[in-house]
Amino acid sequence: MNKLAELIETRFPDLGLTVSIARGELTVELPREHLLTLCAHLRDDDEFRFEILIDLCGVDYSQYGKVEWETTQATTDGFSRGVDKNTAPEADWDKPRFAVVYHLLSVVHNQRIRLRTFAEGEPPLMTSVMSIWNVADWYEREAFDMFGILFEGHPDLRRILTDYGFIGHPFRKDFPVSGHVEVLFDEEQKRVVYQPVSIEPRTLVPRVIRHDQYQSQQQAAQHASQALSQGNKARDAADAQSSGQSEGGA
Amino acid sequence: MTTEFHNYTLNFGPQHPAAHGVLRLVLEMDGEVIQKADPHIGLLHRATEKLVETKPFNQSIGYMDRLDYVSMMCNEHAYVMAIEKLLGFEPPLRAQYIRVMFDEMTRILNHLLWLGAHALDIGAMTVFLYAFREREDLMDCYEAVSGARMHATYYRPGGVYRDLPDSMPQYKPSKWHKAKEVARLNENRQGSLLDFIADFADRFPGCVDTYETLLTDNRIWKQRTVGIGVVSPERAFQLGFTGPMLRGSGIEWDLRKKQPYEVYDRLDFDIPIGRHGDCYDRYLVRVAEMRQSNRIIKQCVKWLRNNPGPVVNNDHKIVPPKRAEMKQSMEALIHHFKLFTEGYCVPEGEAYAAVEHPKGEFGIYLVSDGANKPYRMKIRAPGFAHLAAMEEMVKGHMLADVVAMMGTLDLVFGEIDR
Repeated sequence: MNKLAELIETRFPDLGLTVSIARGELTVELPREHLLTLCAHLRDDDEFRFEILIDLCGVDYSQYGKVEWETTQATTDGFSRGVDKNTAPEADWDKPRFAVVYHLLSVVHNQRIRLRTFAEGEPPLMTSVMSIWNVADWYEREAFDMFGILFEGHPDLRRILTDYGFIGHPFRKDFPVSGHVEVLFDEEQKRVVYQPVSIEPRTLVPRVIRHDQYQSQQQAAQHASQALSQGNKARDAADAQSSGQSEGGA
Repeated sequence: MTTEFHNYTLNFGPQHPAAHGVLRLVLEMDGEVIQKADPHIGLLHRATEKLVETKPFNQSIGYMDRLDYVSMMCNEHAYVMAIEKLLGFEPPLRAQYIRVMFDEMTRILNHLLWLGAHALDIGAMTVFLYAFREREDLMDCYEAVSGARMHATYYRPGGVYRDLPDSMPQYKPSKWHKAKEVARLNENRQGSLLDFIADFADRFPGCVDTYETLLTDNRIWKQRTVGIGVVSPERAFQLGFTGPMLRGSGIEWDLRKKQPYEVYDRLDFDIPIGRHGDCYDRYLVRVAEMRQSNRIIKQCVKWLRNNPGPVVNNDHKIVPPKRAEMKQSMEALIHHFKLFTEGYCVPEGEAYAAVEHPKGEFGIYLVSDGANKPYRMKIRAPGFAHLAAMEEMVKGHMLADVVAMMGTLDLVFGEIDR
């Protein structure tokens, strides 16, 4: 994993890559203009050989870190505060709104990698990787359907999962879960008609971010031992100082 | 005067019994030969990925069963593994064995349905009836352990919902079943669930033999499958194939062996691979997989019998405390209340967890911003990539082969449409 990360960093110094490892997974963020170059190398070069594009998906970061329920201080409101969508964001997202995430798999070297590219503009633009992995065809159609990301170079960018004649991109964060239209059978016209939805969106469990959040026992133990050792060090240092002082005093 | 015949368009499905649910296939035909195939999917689209964003993590486990609704627990497995990866949370060993055992039972469930439906599509009725007889036993195991025959919601982050029951539910005499018949039905249900599973595992290889005598050397079966839908290893990579579809093309790739999760690295089993990459080889691979799964189940039963212990992690920040405990301890009550009203917050970050699902690699990509609900979840469904390859596979084949091809792809629209 570390070797692969180093290899990528040294092989492509001028592609503007950000390489990071978290939870045993390697993630590479790269600008859109170098996507095809990097992908071609990742597929064909002997040291990479990522033959399979396992997954391609869009992500909409527009609400990242936003919560519906303030948890840092006590409040006088009841549950209704949970429905407030306009609570201040916990974290600011300073990168573009849409990203496309690729998961690659190398069968030969038995390793995985994740690529992330940001799609800028409205509609967001991305380069198609269909020429490198044919399976991207449907994945890109899906990302277009769900997020409205346009893939340049895709020969047949149609909607795939939504209904014929659907309007909007349902997985965008500003698209309500209940949608915009509902269908029903009209007795008078004797046909199926569309009308605006009649249900109100509801929040059952408000979205919260807690900073005293869970740590696994191992992590907690690690932190504790670190804190302990730091504390010990500090105490040792203090002891040394005080003994020094006392010696000096003597 | 002569009439010139042009290509014509044929709509296959969405209400066609061989379409395995709701596939609409628009075929452009030249006589009986397929020129172009355009699958229209999404008729079962429920936006699972969006719904998951609106619920605390644990409340979405049930949605996973409903993705690929013939291999329910494997879907759950990928989801809880993704959460565990984000949390840095580990299930106890016994829970891992239980998960592996149920994963393999699920694989048999899935392959039995696939085998029955595939054979039925091509014209062999008997296999379907036999396959469903064995499925019934496995679904009884599902029911014994979770209370539901199909949509179990049994796996939890940190383990499984509860330990294996000590007794197997039994049939009772009724107007339709006399006492003598009931006694015969209950013969292998006298002991615990593990005894019942052990009995099944002893019996099952003989059942697979029965299916094989019906199909493997059957002339009609071979005529319909040998040399049909050949996929070369290079194309299989390009088309994103995983699981039996990839192994049928001769690539030895199985996550259980290559990137082992849970306790697969302690178990002894083989990876069957095909040679020609046609429908017949994929049939052989899946049948061989059922035998391997049976082997794994036997090993798990043996281990589980000898090693009692906890089946879920004891950290009450994630796993709710026992009900009896809640009646005594204020802290347990608070934990329960917080878990069931708000859920738990998962550290910020992203994780991809994949399992070797009966159909291929089933992966869950989770993005968390530190909240009690997923920020974004993407389901990597193996069937989606396989169906995308449909056009390439059927081009130049006859209409009847489309049905064979749909069988071999092992399509379930719950996971393709999500």
